[in-house]
Amino acid sequence: MSILVVEDLVKHYTVRRGWFGGAAEPVRAVDGVSFVIDSGECLGIVGESGSGKTTLTRAILGLERPTAGRILFEGEDIHALSPKALRAQRARIQMVFQDPHASLNPRMSVRDIVAEPMEVHRDVLRLSGRQITDRVAELLELVRMERGHLTRYPHEFSGGQRQRIGIARALACNPRLVVLDEPTSALDVSVQAQVLALLIGLQDQLGLTFLFISHDLAVVRYICHRAALIYRGKLVEDGPVDQIFDAPRTDYAKTLLAAMPDPDPGKSPFWGPAAQGKIQPDSEKGAP
Amino acid sequence: MALLDIRGLRLAMTSFDGETEILKGIDLTIPQGAIAGVVGETGSGKSLTGLSVSRLVPTPPGRYLGGRILFDGHDMLAASEEEMRALRGTRISMIFQDPTTNLNPAFRISTQMVDAALAVAARDPDILSLPATARRRQKRAVARQLAIEMLGRVGIVDPAQRIDAYPHQFSGGMRQRVLIAMALIGRPKLLIADEPTTALDVSVQAQVLALIHSFVVDRGLTVMFITHNLGVVAQICNEVAVMRQGEIVESGPVAKVLTSPAHAYTRALMASVPTREMKRGDLSFSVDPVEAAV
Repeated sequence: MSILVVEDLVKHYTVRRGWFGGAAEPVRAVDGVSFVIDSGECLGIVGESGSGKTTLTRAILGLERPTAGRILFEGEDIHALSPKALRAQRARIQMVFQDPHASLNPRMSVRDIVAEPMEVHRDVLRLSGRQITDRVAELLELVRMERGHLTRYPHEFSGGQRQRIGIARALACNPRLVVLDEPTSALDVSVQAQVLALLIGLQDQLGLTFLFISHDLAVVRYICHRAALIYRGKLVEDGPVDQIFDAPRTDYAKTLLAAMPDPDPGKSPFWGPAAQGKIQPDSEKGAP
Repeated sequence: MALLDIRGLRLAMTSFDGETEILKGIDLTIPQGAIAGVVGETGSGKSLTGLSVSRLVPTPPGRYLGGRILFDGHDMLAASEEEMRALRGTRISMIFQDPTTNLNPAFRISTQMVDAALAVAARDPDILSLPATARRRQKRAVARQLAIEMLGRVGIVDPAQRIDAYPHQFSGGMRQRVLIAMALIGRPKLLIADEPTTALDVSVQAQVLALIHSFVVDRGLTVMFITHNLGVVAQICNEVAVMRQGEIVESGPVAKVLTSPAHAYTRALMASVPTREMKRGDLSFSVDPVEAAV
């Protein structure tokens, strides 16, 4: 069953020329994008900087009103909702941000950070302070942290731990959809591996639906069931990750895959297997 | 012959908690014409190793406890600041991760590149191929031609027009190209590239790597390539040193180190990189989490 349906989404930004000038050609940040996310799956959105990933996410979160098109979350058009209904809806779509250093308030304890969504949606959840603290402790255990961390502050934690606090906060209100905006791009590879494993475990355990935004193709293949490539505001190719990676149909997908740095030195485009280990000018240049 | 030879380099940093040893005896040799990768995770000391070579680590708070850095016959730690200034830009250049903060937004690309060219020409007049007595205006004109030529070399289309643009009119990849052009305008022997492609998209990254590689092949440039990305190392480098917590745990030819790593940390690091072939949940992450602080 599809949980999120994006239909022909268009978002144009008008720019003005000079101080008094009229509107120039609008910036087509998102230009007719359609896709569907099924319940329990992880959809990867891949695109380079300026491709419209962020605008798309902001529209899905209800932070940006689309120029045209619809976004249906569990069958309801989120941009047609009343402000009150939209607020309630937001408990069901949560977000994990890219930079774990910037997305946690340094003056709030871990307990308060993770409890904040529950405080915001208190009228729906109806939890007492005590119940909220218990729920926070439960969430911390879920992301493999400890109850003892409740009273600590973000600066006491490493990047990976902070990102796990961010994940716990996103899960606080039992969301149906979690939007992850490059959640591992600020982390070291070993920490990234742990966070990815945690996310896969949580998704399988809690039946969550993920919208995973990334520019790292290897990470997308690793965590996502399906992927959608966007380029200059348009959806270029989408499908199961195996298909996109093993049999890409469009030139853009092929270019992107070819540009992916492979950790196997034998596949270096600069130093072919024969040239390995020593400098051989003129030879092997540009060889696959 | 080794262009750069670092022996037993030890660096300590002073903070509120007292002095901490950051580099604990680095041994690193980079042969002429190599692209030597220095990989490691956050806090491993890879950037400080690079900065030490061009002696850009402020002392204090830094303090060298021992070791030596021999570059092209110069003992870098013993050199005077005046000697260092003569080497920077003409013999050693650096490029950094964020191309935006390294260009002055208030000046045209041309102004910044001409200034860089004139600064190196003051040390090495051959660069402009003008007599030292040439007039300033003449020098500027020649420096501008050189800057245009370099911009063309790094793949900026229509460099004679684009050189008068401001940095904000260029994309991230173009700005990094401008910085590479600026770094190489003094024909240095060694380029220290500290995460030069981390802020760039993969397709732009591939172009910048190809560009750096072309300078190595065509001009015999030597590169110290600092990165955390093992994929990039596997692509562009032919030598690699893996760093962890201020020490080099393993070094050697890329083919050897990355395909049959001898050290457990290198193996763990390689195992935590997702590759194109990997399926969902395949990663065998056995790395001991370097969870500091708590």
